[in-house]
Amino acid sequence: MLDALGADSIEDLFDEIPAPLRAGRLQQVPEGRSERDAVAEVRRRLEQDPALTCFAGAGAYDHYVPAAVWDLATRGEFMTAYTPYQAEASQGTLQLLYEYQTMMSRLTGMDVSNASLYDGASALAEAVLMAVRAQRKSGSRRILLAGSVHPNYRATAASIVSSQEIELETLVFCESTGRVEMAALQAHGENEYAALVVQSPNFFGGLEAVDELTDWAHARGMLVIAVVNPMTLAVLKPPGAWGETGADIVVGDGQPLGLPLSSGGPYFGFMCARQKIVRQMPGRIIGRTVDLDGREGFALTLQAREQHIRRSKATSNICTNQGLAVTAATVFLSLLGPQGLQEMARASYQRSAELVAALTDVEGVHAHFSGPRFHECVLRLPVRADSIVDRLAQEGVLAGVALGYYFPGLENCLLTCATEQRSAAEIAHFAGALRRVLEEAV
Amino acid sequence: MSATPEDLKYTESHEWISVSHDGTAVVGITDHAQDLLGDIVHVELPEVGAEFAASEEAAVVESVKAASDVYAPVGCEVIAINEALEDNPELVNSDPYGDGWFFKIRLAEDAEPEKLMSAQDYADSCADEEAED
Amino acid sequence: MLIFEQSQPGRRADSQRSDDGALDGLPDEYLRTEAPGLPEVSELQVVRHYTNLSRKNFSIDTQFYPLGSCTMKYNPRGALRAANLEAAQGRHPLSPESASQGFLSCMYHLQEMLRDVTGMAAVSLSPMAGAQGEFAGVAMIRAYHEAQGDTGRREIIVPDSAHGTNPATAVMCGYKVREIPTAKDGDVDIEALRAAVGPQTAGLMMTNPSTVGVFERRIEEVASIVHGVGGLLYYDGANLNAILGKVKPGDMGFDVLHMNLHKTFATPHGGGGPGSGPVAANERLRPHLPVPYVLRTEQDGQPVFRWADDAACPQSIGRLSAFMGNAGINLRAYLYALMLGREGMHRVGEFATLNANYMAKRLAEAGFDLAYPKRRATHEFIVTLQKQAKTLGVTAMDFAKRLLDYGYHAPTTYFPLLVPECFLIEPTETESKEELDGFIAAMASILAEARENADLVKGAPYTLPAKRLDDVRAARELDLVYQPPGE
Repeated sequence: MLDALGADSIEDLFDEIPAPLRAGRLQQVPEGRSERDAVAEVRRRLEQDPALTCFAGAGAYDHYVPAAVWDLATRGEFMTAYTPYQAEASQGTLQLLYEYQTMMSRLTGMDVSNASLYDGASALAEAVLMAVRAQRKSGSRRILLAGSVHPNYRATAASIVSSQEIELETLVFCESTGRVEMAALQAHGENEYAALVVQSPNFFGGLEAVDELTDWAHARGMLVIAVVNPMTLAVLKPPGAWGETGADIVVGDGQPLGLPLSSGGPYFGFMCARQKIVRQMPGRIIGRTVDLDGREGFALTLQAREQHIRRSKATSNICTNQGLAVTAATVFLSLLGPQGLQEMARASYQRSAELVAALTDVEGVHAHFSGPRFHECVLRLPVRADSIVDRLAQEGVLAGVALGYYFPGLENCLLTCATEQRSAAEIAHFAGALRRVLEEAV
Repeated sequence: MSATPEDLKYTESHEWISVSHDGTAVVGITDHAQDLLGDIVHVELPEVGAEFAASEEAAVVESVKAASDVYAPVGCEVIAINEALEDNPELVNSDPYGDGWFFKIRLAEDAEPEKLMSAQDYADSCADEEAED
Repeated sequence: MLIFEQSQPGRRADSQRSDDGALDGLPDEYLRTEAPGLPEVSELQVVRHYTNLSRKNFSIDTQFYPLGSCTMKYNPRGALRAANLEAAQGRHPLSPESASQGFLSCMYHLQEMLRDVTGMAAVSLSPMAGAQGEFAGVAMIRAYHEAQGDTGRREIIVPDSAHGTNPATAVMCGYKVREIPTAKDGDVDIEALRAAVGPQTAGLMMTNPSTVGVFERRIEEVASIVHGVGGLLYYDGANLNAILGKVKPGDMGFDVLHMNLHKTFATPHGGGGPGSGPVAANERLRPHLPVPYVLRTEQDGQPVFRWADDAACPQSIGRLSAFMGNAGINLRAYLYALMLGREGMHRVGEFATLNANYMAKRLAEAGFDLAYPKRRATHEFIVTLQKQAKTLGVTAMDFAKRLLDYGYHAPTTYFPLLVPECFLIEPTETESKEELDGFIAAMASILAEARENADLVKGAPYTLPAKRLDDVRAARELDLVYQPPGE
């Protein structure tokens, strides 16, 4: 090949790079290893961490993933394809994404869906930007954000939208219910906002008064951005049916739909919306059309919104999304169907109720908030929760998430969760270990 | 060569303007512009009542593979928009100087539409543009 | 046929049963009244449907896929195996640090390797894709200027050859974009750059090698012009594969950069993601890195790894994801880096460059015009089909579609925008000479077809699951969600 180029060595091919810039030896990179050795090294490191029975939720849930999900998703034809720009050579991915858009629209009760964003938190940031664009007539750049929305989602939204002079104002949650109560809205009734953001089930697992909140916001010309867990929508009222006319933009994280916990990712963010604001949506969107012979086919559409065409005026800078995670979720939803997903949701609700009953049976442990909840619950312990989480990890239990880190004043509070995967024996083990550990501590 | 009606005025950014004696005018994009863009799939029009300075972005026209801003040729207030384009954006392709008009304006007091390009000047500038390619 | 069209009420995949439960205590007002309209199909139907759909895709595993600027190289399966370990998949993102030292050590080690490869002071793995890495980098530039009390810098300079994500990112970070032209030789127009910079300049975003497939020879001069007015330099790592182990962006004068692990570090593209877009910064910008990232401390002589969070990094631009980015993708990249090792990394840039230069030479010999014939190709190069479009009426799009019939994925078409009728071709280092020769022969054959029977090429493809799609109809008559007939 060098002969064809008339070059003596590969080095000749780098002769346009100024010599002083040429790199020396890479110091931090070790000698290469065989696959066997490298996998063994990673296994050794990862397995030095204890395997924990997972009672943590807070945006990442330990649901069962059917075997067929990743068997199909990791087929090379899905896994090693690029973004489907050449439609004729990507009909598999394109049709799958069209099916995904349909499933998500039906689950959330909305008109349209995009083909994914990065994760739930960044999807919320994109929803805020979208709402401001959709409300440009009013010119409002203020967003009212419920304080019961996942704190990391709120932090992410703040980092992403803050440079565009958008103001995120927190709507305080009630100290006894952990929800936004209608009384708290009075302080905000006079201001002009582009949108209200509500999460339900909220970060604490509580169900918000979504109908009243939605109607309140709409009466003031605001859009409603719903943040939801798609698994719970198997049984909970979809955002499209909140209040009189439903939410306007729905976002969340698709992790419960077939994605392993994997230290926080890859998951995927989903976004659904009303048809009338579809042109303000960020991200890829797939449309069904026909080919030259009139046969059904699929293609990327509304591309003029996107960065590769619209450049500085695009709706977002997003390019790569979470395609393969969505592939897995589409297979997952097909396998479970409406019945399977409802069973998973009901079983999670039931196991969580059993967990809360078992843990509050331990002396000094109480449910911190009142009111309806789904499959997560905040428990108040007699001691700091972070020390209990560390201590229970030694007993093989991931007890949940200590809330003092996010909410000063809730240092003794633990956010805990059970999914359909948790057995009665595991719940009993957790309760027994907690009892022992608290006895040691007090 | 695409059509360039004599009785209109033109901009370098490919808008046409048809000025009436009553101080109002109609604005659209040229035949040459629609030809460059290809099949138009969407037009985003301004609000009635919106005011623009000359050369300010007033509308957006989208084809499958491109999106272009449409600029106000002169300082103006929008008094009507072509709502037919919402459902039938292809009118911009089929009749750019007629049914494919974008919006009607009332000229600002200091507007000087007479300083815009004549049909001949516009046709010449398009020819130059093509020669560069 | 859509999965929904195979649905029958009551049918299900029996193996996917959970112990059912009751929703005791949940008031009706919170419940949905109708079951969600998901497909009701058997497990075999699901497996067959999606297996058959997958077969309608081109992929690296099945075809040569020389998409310029996308680095479609082989994705080693060893990396997948590591990410599939139970210890990797089962770890909850909010597990306590005390029970996460092994995982954190992997992430820290990857950060260190990326730091070395880029010549930077520190790395955060949290951005979830290239565009989010770009956002992080430009937001860091903004945070730096603001920390200096320097709030008058409103512009980011972007060359006209840049990816669309660059200008879109600058706007997301609250900046105005100023575009500068590319000179005829493919380098940045230095005089235009000099004229563009000033006290309003926050920074410059640049890819090097650029998207026209050449190395910016005057990069040191570019850096000194931008630094000279107090601006900062952002490196878009989209093309890092070309110079891996050969040149470090930090040595070129860049202050901050992102990498695309789904390109340079061979994690799969997944039909559009997930990727991972770590950012690396020099000492000046280090305090502004996005959180969380991993810090190494020592306790009793033993390394202890912990997360750097908002409290530890008060000047950080903040967090960009719910947890810590696409950790599973980072783990794959870590394994790839371990297998490749130091020597392997040096070879990546070498063989990617050799393959591209070889193809460029052979295609030129076969009668194709290179956009920059006097320049060395980097890991990619541009063929312009302007001559064929004018004389034969056969466009780059027609060539692209006809290549599909020959069993090759098309190169990137019509990007960068400044070269008419272009193909941006990136073979990558993992392709064999035989594969490259096959592609070159196909191009020559299509050129012959275009001369003899242009309509044949213009009607392509013929052998794929679909002919050319009506994307005008797709945009005018939006059909984004399936509605059963009659509903």
